[in-house]
Amino acid sequence: MKLAYYPGCSLDGSGVEYGLSTRRTAAILGIELEEIEDWNCCGATSGHNTDKILSLALPARNLAIAEKTGLDVLAPCAACYNRFRTTEHAVRHDQKLRERIEDIIEMNYTASQETLSVPDLLANKVGIEKIKDKVARPLVGMKAACYYGCLLVRPFEHTGFDDTEDPQSMDQVVQALGAKTVDWAFKTECCGAALATSRPDVGTRMIYEVLRNAREAGAECIVTACPLCMMNLDMRQKAAEKAYKEVFNIPVYYITELLAIACGDSPSTVGTNRHFVEAVKYIENLPDEPEPEKIPVKPAVSKEDPAKAAATKVEPKDSADNSESAEKVPASAVSGEDEGDAIQKKVDAFIKAFSKNPDKMAAKLIEDPERAGVLAEIITGDDKKIAKLAELIATDKDKATKAAEAFVTGEMKKRNK
Amino acid sequence: MGTAMKLSPATDNQKALISRLEKEAGTSINLCYQCGKCTAGCPAAFAMDYPPRQVIRLLQLGLVDEALGSESVWICASCETCSSRCPRGVDIASLMDAIRREALLQNRVTDKKVAAFNKAFLSGVKRFGRTYEAGLLLQYNTATGQYLKDAELGLPMFLRGKVGILPEKIKGRDAIKKIFARAQDKGGE
Repeated sequence: MKLAYYPGCSLDGSGVEYGLSTRRTAAILGIELEEIEDWNCCGATSGHNTDKILSLALPARNLAIAEKTGLDVLAPCAACYNRFRTTEHAVRHDQKLRERIEDIIEMNYTASQETLSVPDLLANKVGIEKIKDKVARPLVGMKAACYYGCLLVRPFEHTGFDDTEDPQSMDQVVQALGAKTVDWAFKTECCGAALATSRPDVGTRMIYEVLRNAREAGAECIVTACPLCMMNLDMRQKAAEKAYKEVFNIPVYYITELLAIACGDSPSTVGTNRHFVEAVKYIENLPDEPEPEKIPVKPAVSKEDPAKAAATKVEPKDSADNSESAEKVPASAVSGEDEGDAIQKKVDAFIKAFSKNPDKMAAKLIEDPERAGVLAEIITGDDKKIAKLAELIATDKDKATKAAEAFVTGEMKKRNK
Repeated sequence: MGTAMKLSPATDNQKALISRLEKEAGTSINLCYQCGKCTAGCPAAFAMDYPPRQVIRLLQLGLVDEALGSESVWICASCETCSSRCPRGVDIASLMDAIRREALLQNRVTDKKVAAFNKAFLSGVKRFGRTYEAGLLLQYNTATGQYLKDAELGLPMFLRGKVGILPEKIKGRDAIKKIFARAQDKGGE
């Protein structure tokens, strides 16, 4: 396959990773890219905000140059893609407008070719099966929210390669790379685009809502195919965190970065080390897939159960039976498991630790030795309290400490009576 | 909003302006039956003085001056959610675009920052043929008097190789200048 290539301004600048990874993606999939000669800026949103004819003529010059080659055009930037598709649509459906545009650019242009976006190219032109064949290092364990934003899917009459409300093309590609994708409500919600610059009071909130929704849906990273979405979600993530006093620290990837890395490239080859939110560590240390036939174990209340739960642990060293190693197990289990399973494992390990070594565990929760002693006395033999503390300590140590203090205070009151 | 407004029939001038806006936008405001789906889905409605449904209503009532002077048209991010969900097929986003351009022509821009950004953006394209991101931010910050805006992002961007110091110039700069000149020529048609 051979395509005319329109990198657009941001792929040489703020979206440099998108440029690098698109070229790598093309090379991996055997697509030849021929850069449009002496291309110019598409005018972006500023163009259509200012002058309708200008906003059609600027893309038309590029498309007319590409038309001479007879090739379809690849425009990875969602904004350029949208402007190109809008221009093609206008030229195809309005003869008078077409003549006016040809007049302005002093070139013939009949919109005989088609502009493609990256998701359209990958999912529909290359095809999911071919991508699967190329994967060398599947992204197993990754949980991604595929973020399409506005310009790739709207308006349908201009873009038309995917659903406007619940698009799937990027999800299919990311799944073909071995990752899991989450269903979420903000797939096609707007990131605020240039409002982050011109009206940060409005734009920052829009960025925050997208990040929050992705995390609430269980995503551990976001995948995009738009340099502006990347800029807002990655570069401005810190500002959104600051404004809304919430930490996300959620890496954002271009879909082409994921493809290149899954097909064997190192993250730095495609620029993943240049993100603002650290993105290399997550992709290099993806959590292992949960064990296929694991039956979820409820927090145990009897003393036999913890032992059974411990028997299902992953690593052999986990069978060591002092509380110290029992505490280390969960730490390694977190990265090695699906989150729910990992927490369950932690809980089981802590139940065991509390039952075996109540003194030691009590000392970990309460500093005051006298109160810690009281706690150890209370929990010895009280499986309910142990289960409660184990559950809390597995997710939030502070909460566990608070609960432990409450147990002790209650006990002291009883004793004083 | 919230104050009573005395309505009188639109003047011929206002009517002509409204139909010109409709023509520019390629849509018809009379299709709208005010269901509010556009506003319900609008991600920026929370910050608008007149949400999308009300902007259409203003035009239906002939209150074109209010529409041109609304802040909403400059808050609209052109995400096109409204247009793609409208059950009556009104292209609201395109109408917002047309109102913005008309407000520019009439020099009635309520949000100087957005207009300054667009101006800085296009002047770079006109000069070099491509966007010059570093120059754009400098020009925009100077024009709006926010000299240190996003300054904390400048150096990290440079260190990551994400912003060029010098503009990229294309060979066909003359062709681009001509496109700008001719588009302006015909813009007033």
